[in-house]
Amino acid sequence: MAQKTDSNVYTVVFAAVMVVVVGSILAFLASALRPNIKENERFEKQQNILYAMGVNENGDDTGSVNFIPTDAVEEVFANYIKQQYVIQDGEITENSEAYLIDLKKQLANLKRGLDYKLPVFIGEKDDKKFYIIPMYGKGLWDAIWGFIALDEAMTVQGVYFDHKGETPGLGANIKMRYFMDDFIGETILDGSKYVGISVAKGNNDPLNKTKNDNEVDALAGATITGNGVSAMISETVKLYKPYLETIRAK
Amino acid sequence: MSLLSKKDANLITDPLADNNPITIQVLGICSALAITAELKASLVMAISVMFVLGAGNVVISLMRNIIPSKIRIIVQLIVVATLVIIVDQVLKAYAYELSKTLAVFVGLIITNCIIMGRFEAFALANGPWRSFLDGIGNSLGYGVILIIVGFFRELLGSGTLFGYPVLGDPIMKTGLYATGYENNGFMIIPPAALIVVGIIIWVQRSRNPALVEEN
Repeated sequence: MAQKTDSNVYTVVFAAVMVVVVGSILAFLASALRPNIKENERFEKQQNILYAMGVNENGDDTGSVNFIPTDAVEEVFANYIKQQYVIQDGEITENSEAYLIDLKKQLANLKRGLDYKLPVFIGEKDDKKFYIIPMYGKGLWDAIWGFIALDEAMTVQGVYFDHKGETPGLGANIKMRYFMDDFIGETILDGSKYVGISVAKGNNDPLNKTKNDNEVDALAGATITGNGVSAMISETVKLYKPYLETIRAK
Repeated sequence: MSLLSKKDANLITDPLADNNPITIQVLGICSALAITAELKASLVMAISVMFVLGAGNVVISLMRNIIPSKIRIIVQLIVVATLVIIVDQVLKAYAYELSKTLAVFVGLIITNCIIMGRFEAFALANGPWRSFLDGIGNSLGYGVILIIVGFFRELLGSGTLFGYPVLGDPIMKTGLYATGYENNGFMIIPPAALIVVGIIIWVQRSRNPALVEEN
C-alpha cells in the first residue's frame, strides 16, 4: 500500500484526476445555479433601489431594515420606478433595464478612459419625485456600494448602503438603520457647491439634529469604512454633477 | 444501550472541555478574533464550521487510503475549499439572504486551522463514522467558545445581544446608561477577543489543574 501511494506517477495521476473531478463538479454546479443566482441578484438590486426611496416594509419598526419581499418586488418596482435613464457622453437616454448596469464595470471603464454609462432611476411616490443614483466605492476590506435618493433641492430622501466584507460589529454597521437614517434630510450642497456628505467623527452632533452641515455622525471603530462612505458619496456626486445640475430646482 | 459507544461519545464530549480546540489546543484563534464582535456572527460561524468540518472529515476519511502522502495537505485544502464553495453557491441560489450573512466567513472557514488540523490528525487515520463524530465534537467545542466570547464582546461592547439592545439606549441615556454606564469600545476590537479567550483559558485551567502544562 505504502509503495503504491508514494510513487511519483501515482501522485501526479492522483492530482490530475482530483483537479478534473473537482473542477467538473464546481463548473457544473456554477452553471446549473447561475440563472437562480442572477435572478436573486436582480431582485436584491430592485429591493435596494426601492429601499433608498423609502419604499420598504419598515413601518413602525425603527430598528431593522425590512425590504419589500422578494416575490412582490418586481411588481412594486415597476409601480414606483417610473423612468430609468442612462447617461453616456452627456447624452441621456431612457432605458428600462438601466438598473442592471454594473456600476463597478462602468467606473473601471471610466478609469481606463473608455466609454462609460451611468444609470439614474426616477421614482415617484405620493406625487413626489425621487432621483436615485447608484454608488460604488471602497471600504476597509472590500467593496462598498449603495443608492442615494435625492429630491430637486438636492436633499437626501434616503440611502441604502451595503458592503462585501466589512468587519462585523464595526464597518458592517453601515447597513444598519441608525446609520442610514441619519442621512435623510441632509443636503449634498454646500451653498451651490456639490460636496456630498461626510461621515464625521466628533462633530458634536451625535443625534444628527443639524441637517445642513453635510455631516453625519461616524460609527465608532469604523474610521476607514466611514471614510470610504464619505469618499464614495462625494465621488458619485462629482460624477453625476452635470445631470444633477439639470434637475436641481434653482 | 446508548446510541454511541463510550469511546465514540468521547469524540464529541472531549473537545467540549478538556481537549477544546481553542482553549487547549489553541487552534482557530484567528477566526475567533475576527468574527466574535457580534453574537449572531459567532453563531453563524459555529454552524458553518460544524458543517464543513463534519462533511470534510468524512470525505477525507473515505479517501484516506488513496491520498498520496506527499500532496495530502493540498488535497485537504481542495476538499475544504470545494465544500465551502458548494455551500456558498447553493445558498446563493436558494437562500440568498443567508448567503449574504455568510459571505464574510467563506474565506475564514477555508483558512481555519482546526479544519486542517482535524483532517491531518484524525480523519487520515480513522473511519468515516468516527471522523464525522470527531468533526462534530471539535466544531461544537469551537462553537461554544465562539459563542461565549461573542456574548461578552457584544454585551459589553455594544450593549446588545443578537442586535437587540438589552442595556437601554446609549444615545438617549435610558436603562443602564442613565446611571452613567458606557459601552466599552475596546470590546469591539479584536484584542478584546484575546483577553476574553485568555480569561476562559485561565478559568478552565484553574478549575482543572491537570490541564496546566509543565514547564
